[in-house]
Amino acid sequence: MKIEKKDILDIESLSTEEIELILDTADSLKEISTRPIKKVPTLRGKTIVHFFHESSTRTRTSFEIAAKRLSADTVSISASTSSIVKGETLADTVRNLEAMNPDAIILRHSASGAPHMLARLVRSSVINAGDGMHAHPTQALLDMMTVREKKGRLHGLSVAIIGDIAHSRVARSNTVGFLKMGAHVILAGPPTMIPQGIEVLGAPVTYYVEEAIKNADVIIMLRIQKERQQPFLFPSEREYASYYGLTTENLAAARDDVLIMHPGPINRGVEIAPEVADGPYSVILDQVANGVAIRMALLYLLLGGPR
Amino acid sequence: MKQTLIKGGRVLDPETGIDGVMDILIENGKIAEIGNEKSKIQNPKSKIIDASGKLVTPGLIDIHTHLREPGHEYKETVESGCLAAAHGGFTAICCMPNTEPVNDNQSVTDYILRKANMAVGVRVYPVGAISQGLRGESLAEYGEMKSAGVVAVSDDGNPVMNAQLMRRALEYAKGFGLLVISHCEDRNLTANGAMNEGATATRLGLAGIPNAAETVMVARDIALCELTDAPLHIAHVSAEGSVRLIRDAKARGLQLTAETAPHYFSLTEEAVMNYDTNAKVYPPLRTDRDRDAVWQGLRDGTIDVIASDHAPHSSVEKDLEFDAAANGLIGMETSLPLSLKLVEMGLLSLKDLIAKMSTNPARILELDYVGLKRGNPADLTIIDLEKKFTVDANTFCSKSRNTPFNGWELKGKAVLTMVRGKIVFDDR
Repeated sequence: MKIEKKDILDIESLSTEEIELILDTADSLKEISTRPIKKVPTLRGKTIVHFFHESSTRTRTSFEIAAKRLSADTVSISASTSSIVKGETLADTVRNLEAMNPDAIILRHSASGAPHMLARLVRSSVINAGDGMHAHPTQALLDMMTVREKKGRLHGLSVAIIGDIAHSRVARSNTVGFLKMGAHVILAGPPTMIPQGIEVLGAPVTYYVEEAIKNADVIIMLRIQKERQQPFLFPSEREYASYYGLTTENLAAARDDVLIMHPGPINRGVEIAPEVADGPYSVILDQVANGVAIRMALLYLLLGGPR
Repeated sequence: MKQTLIKGGRVLDPETGIDGVMDILIENGKIAEIGNEKSKIQNPKSKIIDASGKLVTPGLIDIHTHLREPGHEYKETVESGCLAAAHGGFTAICCMPNTEPVNDNQSVTDYILRKANMAVGVRVYPVGAISQGLRGESLAEYGEMKSAGVVAVSDDGNPVMNAQLMRRALEYAKGFGLLVISHCEDRNLTANGAMNEGATATRLGLAGIPNAAETVMVARDIALCELTDAPLHIAHVSAEGSVRLIRDAKARGLQLTAETAPHYFSLTEEAVMNYDTNAKVYPPLRTDRDRDAVWQGLRDGTIDVIASDHAPHSSVEKDLEFDAAANGLIGMETSLPLSLKLVEMGLLSLKDLIAKMSTNPARILELDYVGLKRGNPADLTIIDLEKKFTVDANTFCSKSRNTPFNGWELKGKAVLTMVRGKIVFDDR
């Protein structure tokens, strides 16, 4: 089986069947990463461009490793090493890349909608590796994979997403994804970080972290995005940590088998206390491991076999 | 004596109240007679324009456009802008001062008017800057600009954030009989917003601009209008709260007028879905509720004028990530047909619509001619209300193509535009 669409731009455009298929495929491909020789010939002869217009460590490495484990040839570009520093527009840069006939372009970009614009311009598959505040579909998929792996299901679970909802593409994609798969989602954060109209996504909102944590099966903590921060959102990291951070104290209200997740990179001692990040409920590193499997699954489903 | 006879059209003039099938005799660029078909003005020596079945109105006036010359001629020139205006049925347009260099002194005003004189013949009324360089720091030379030909002052896309400067602008402009046009926006509230704040922006992950960014500034400017007792015109009203504030202020008798643009009564923020940069505009397209309020404001007279806010941009500014794309859309060639929809929807009478696109702007700008009266210059527009067409930006006279209305099926269109008795556009 494969996915009958050219691009993976967001979670909205994936059906529940497609999400199941991606998660199942990722489960089966995960094993490759544990072999002594971590490589299969599936995408031999395919060319994948990793275009990271915005800085990234784990997503970029994860995509690179995924592609290489499937034997694809990869090319990696970042904004600082591309002609964008010479004033070339994104559209022109990508038109030029397209002329070299890659099979897929993986794009990370600080502007919401940039992958959608590219998808309209090129024949290659475009995978959104995070665009502005809009979407991070592969992160949502790897989060769903991690939860399903640990809990055996997604349906009926209570998922709390806590922190800077307004600036978080992870929050948006996870809310849409978990709701789509039948989980309950609750969003929490200070009112300054809850965007107008977020209710349309279908998740209730609270300003009290305890309320979100109570009876949660899964807690997804969000990073305070210092690089994206506008003034006046909160007075100090100290106050943020004490009212909106996850600590051993407020964690007591959660279920005994709660999972604690974070898309990383974490601000230790701000949104999450170090002992919680490294504690027994944390699956933060499982998320990273599953990231490779999810990205392998997407590349396999989009590029595997004749198009 | 050079004569033209416009025969058998339905002449509609909100200023004089005329509405009926009549002939108009034009001599030496001026209206010599208006009367019934069988009147004395049937003259065999005249050039005859058959307007039967068509609407003849006072020339349409677009109070808010951008011609981009000097400085950004690749987007629009005075010449191409005037041609677009003529095709849209406009006999006169006001052009905003955000050129390069800025129209904040008489030499730039002179330059624009010289270019306009070489163009198709549409009247161009330059708007000078409120502040030098649009920087919001000190007043521009209103006296000299007025002498050179500006009819109003505005910092256009740059809201005057300093309330003291705005106060002085209103006071100083009053001394020269100049209208102040305000772009109401609190830049701190707008921050880095790219579209209307709300559910759609949240879904798209775009930073939002709240309604209040407009309304707090409308409120401030109304207070300053009251303080200074000077005429103030609010540009491109888009938000429900602004309509309400303006309505209340007008009820108190302030010298306040307001305009909106066709995109604010034809579209909502939904047009931005898919990250269409052609629908990226300041103020941003808003919600159904705001659009309804704009409809209501047009209907009850709170909003006096429909202006296009024609803002040409090339693909260099628009073919970009949404955040990075320029704000603005072009409108002179779609303004009338989109506005005629309001008549079809029963929101406005034809007479009220023509008033908002012709006689109201003339009165607000204190032009020395208003409406179709004997002795007035023969500035008029002939409209075919039944003409159906599909908007095709590639056929526009404007140099730019940034319209979200491409492909729309519209009905009603200008087929002849006449300025001072001279035909500047004819597509009968």
